[in-house]
Amino acid sequence: MSAINARRTSSAVAPKARGGVILPWLATPALVVFAAFALIPLVGVLLLSFTSWDTLGEIKLTGLESWRAVLSDPGLPHALWVTFLITALSWAVQTPASILIGVFLAGRQRYRELLAVLYFIPLLLSSAAIAITFKALLDPNFGLGAGLHIDLLNQDWLGTPSLAMGVVIFIVSWQFIPFHALLYQGGVRQIPRSLYEAAELDGAGRVRMFFNITLPQLKYTAITSSTLMIVGSLTFFDLIFVLTEGGPGDATRALALDMYKRGIQANLMGQACVIGVILVLVGLALALLLRRLGGRNPNASQLEGA
Amino acid sequence: MESRTSSRRTFLTLSMGLPLGAALAACGTSGPAPSGGGTGGGAAGGNGGGGGKATYWFLQGPPGEAPRTASVQRFNKANASGQIAITTIQNDAYKTKIKTAIGANQAPTIIWGWGGGGLRSYVQAGQVEDLTSWFGENAAVKDRLFPGAFGAATIDGKIYAMPCETVQPIVLFYNKKVFEKVGAQPPQSYGDILDLVKKFNAAGIAPFSLAGQSRWTNMMWLEFLFDRIGGPEVFQAVFDGEKDAWNNPASIEALTKMQELIKANAFIKGFSSVTADSNADQALLYTGKAAMMLHGSWSYGIQQAQGGDIVPSGGLGWMNFPGVDGGKGDPTNTVGNPGQYLSISSKATPEQKEIAKKFFATGVLDDQEQKDWVGTGGVPIVKGSDKLFAGSKDAEFLNFIYGVASNAKVFAQSWDQALSPTAAEVLLDNIAKLFQLSITPQQFATNMNAVIGK
Repeated sequence: MSAINARRTSSAVAPKARGGVILPWLATPALVVFAAFALIPLVGVLLLSFTSWDTLGEIKLTGLESWRAVLSDPGLPHALWVTFLITALSWAVQTPASILIGVFLAGRQRYRELLAVLYFIPLLLSSAAIAITFKALLDPNFGLGAGLHIDLLNQDWLGTPSLAMGVVIFIVSWQFIPFHALLYQGGVRQIPRSLYEAAELDGAGRVRMFFNITLPQLKYTAITSSTLMIVGSLTFFDLIFVLTEGGPGDATRALALDMYKRGIQANLMGQACVIGVILVLVGLALALLLRRLGGRNPNASQLEGA
Repeated sequence: MESRTSSRRTFLTLSMGLPLGAALAACGTSGPAPSGGGTGGGAAGGNGGGGGKATYWFLQGPPGEAPRTASVQRFNKANASGQIAITTIQNDAYKTKIKTAIGANQAPTIIWGWGGGGLRSYVQAGQVEDLTSWFGENAAVKDRLFPGAFGAATIDGKIYAMPCETVQPIVLFYNKKVFEKVGAQPPQSYGDILDLVKKFNAAGIAPFSLAGQSRWTNMMWLEFLFDRIGGPEVFQAVFDGEKDAWNNPASIEALTKMQELIKANAFIKGFSSVTADSNADQALLYTGKAAMMLHGSWSYGIQQAQGGDIVPSGGLGWMNFPGVDGGKGDPTNTVGNPGQYLSISSKATPEQKEIAKKFFATGVLDDQEQKDWVGTGGVPIVKGSDKLFAGSKDAEFLNFIYGVASNAKVFAQSWDQALSPTAAEVLLDNIAKLFQLSITPQQFATNMNAVIGK
């Protein structure tokens, strides 16, 4: 708004109406991209979910048949549960770890800056490469445990349902904690020093300062980071696909993987699109929920409150 | 404020209009853009309606790429007017890519495939040519090939593909050195297998290597148990779409025996996280961590390339899967890939179709190509190709495969290739669960009955 006002005052030629005509056009590049790569595919997915298509022949309009097939499939609640588990567990592991590392890295000491660079490395690797590497390390016959003769490491990591789930959570966390730690590091550095100085004068210890100043001040960072984590892990695909292909059995068959298997491997594009729609709805709902969580009490952690 | 509302309206119409226009434009060019060829091997890709050149996509990498490429090159040299342009694509990428291309009417002239259920889905979509009458006119082309190879090329009594390349039955491989160490003999019956499981487990060696994560590897076990216990009719009934065909008592017995074998630790520890793509299952056999392995005949080539001295030193043994006592199936029966298949896209131009047919008649499996395949350790699906084995260092194995293929009463096609892609995915999924012991044989049968005929 302030930019528009500035222009209106600075240029006498620009009548009121002209700002109203130009402004929408400024949004067009973003809109075009958004429409082409988000809206149209989304509408396409929604339309395809009411059809049966084997990707080869005609697209047949079959109404709710694909929806009925997916919703009555016991695989769906299972896939939802697996997705929920991955989302919840990876959030529960990543958030505390990222906050701690972020706070630690926010310090300006030289060795911390060095560590920050090192911590960042996993984020530079592609998920597929990470998955292949871990798969080789965890191989029960040729992996790390067998090679070093350490029996503790010699588990059937990816062949036992609960262990496989644990491994997926671990690797996801290992890969993404650096990113979220970076977010928190930035968040911590923005907290005004004056808050800590005041607390110090009042005789607060470091632990007390962490819980009463740092954490509350990080609220918005936490919401951003959590939204990224949760919405991101909903569509988690590549790592699981390379690591376990949803196995053993269907122990790590999350929604995104289920969608791929139905659409690409089983030639049921209609059903895959139903799952796609479900994913979009769940993702939207979660994102909205997180926004609400952040918006309800906006006075809680504004910097101006310092 | 007045102007704000009107501007919001223009804004909205703008935003609504754009996607609509783009959507309409998108409808004009159906499906993925003809990116088809370029990416794969650089050659001109799938241009269904293109000019005089026929196009041909096939799998990249050894052992098949060299013989395939050489045969096209010879054909092109001999036929200046009708050339074939090739594009090579990696195995897994190929499966998706060819499907997308066919669905988008951008298929290559010559479609390489595995026949069976995949071919049936092309046929149902009207995407491949009916070659029945062509084979009628060119009986010589048909008669020189293994008759068993035509089963997977035939859909509802009509031939839609030219069988080509090699026959690949599934073979029970074993490590002779490990057998010597333990003092064991190769199994003559299923009972022997059970005894060997105990014996090898006692010696601290895994009886069988298995790449369970790949799922189709598990399936090979079921294919043989079903055949040996109930005969080929059991799966044939599934294939023919008979209701509740998986409830056959022989089917339940085979599934039960399968789970007993798993419970008896017949397979390497952690088998459900071993993959076939990485050849980890092959490594288990040639490093002696496992004594036996049920695998496709192409495993021989892998053992030879990666297994050190196991093949040259005569350490690798092989046999057909033994019979099950009291079972109905003939122990000469086998299962696997009766051949590979070439179809002609119905969207190709008449000239392209002619080039393809000429290639089928004169280029495919000519004398040199047969020799090339023998050189890779494969058995061409041509009658009498065993004459070429003389002098080959792999003669013993090649003769064995030739014998298995030509003596088999029934050479069944691998289940996942025979069934439609939809049913095959459900099958592989349930096999993974069966091997995980998370479903019972009856649950397996019930789940599978639900997709019969789909």
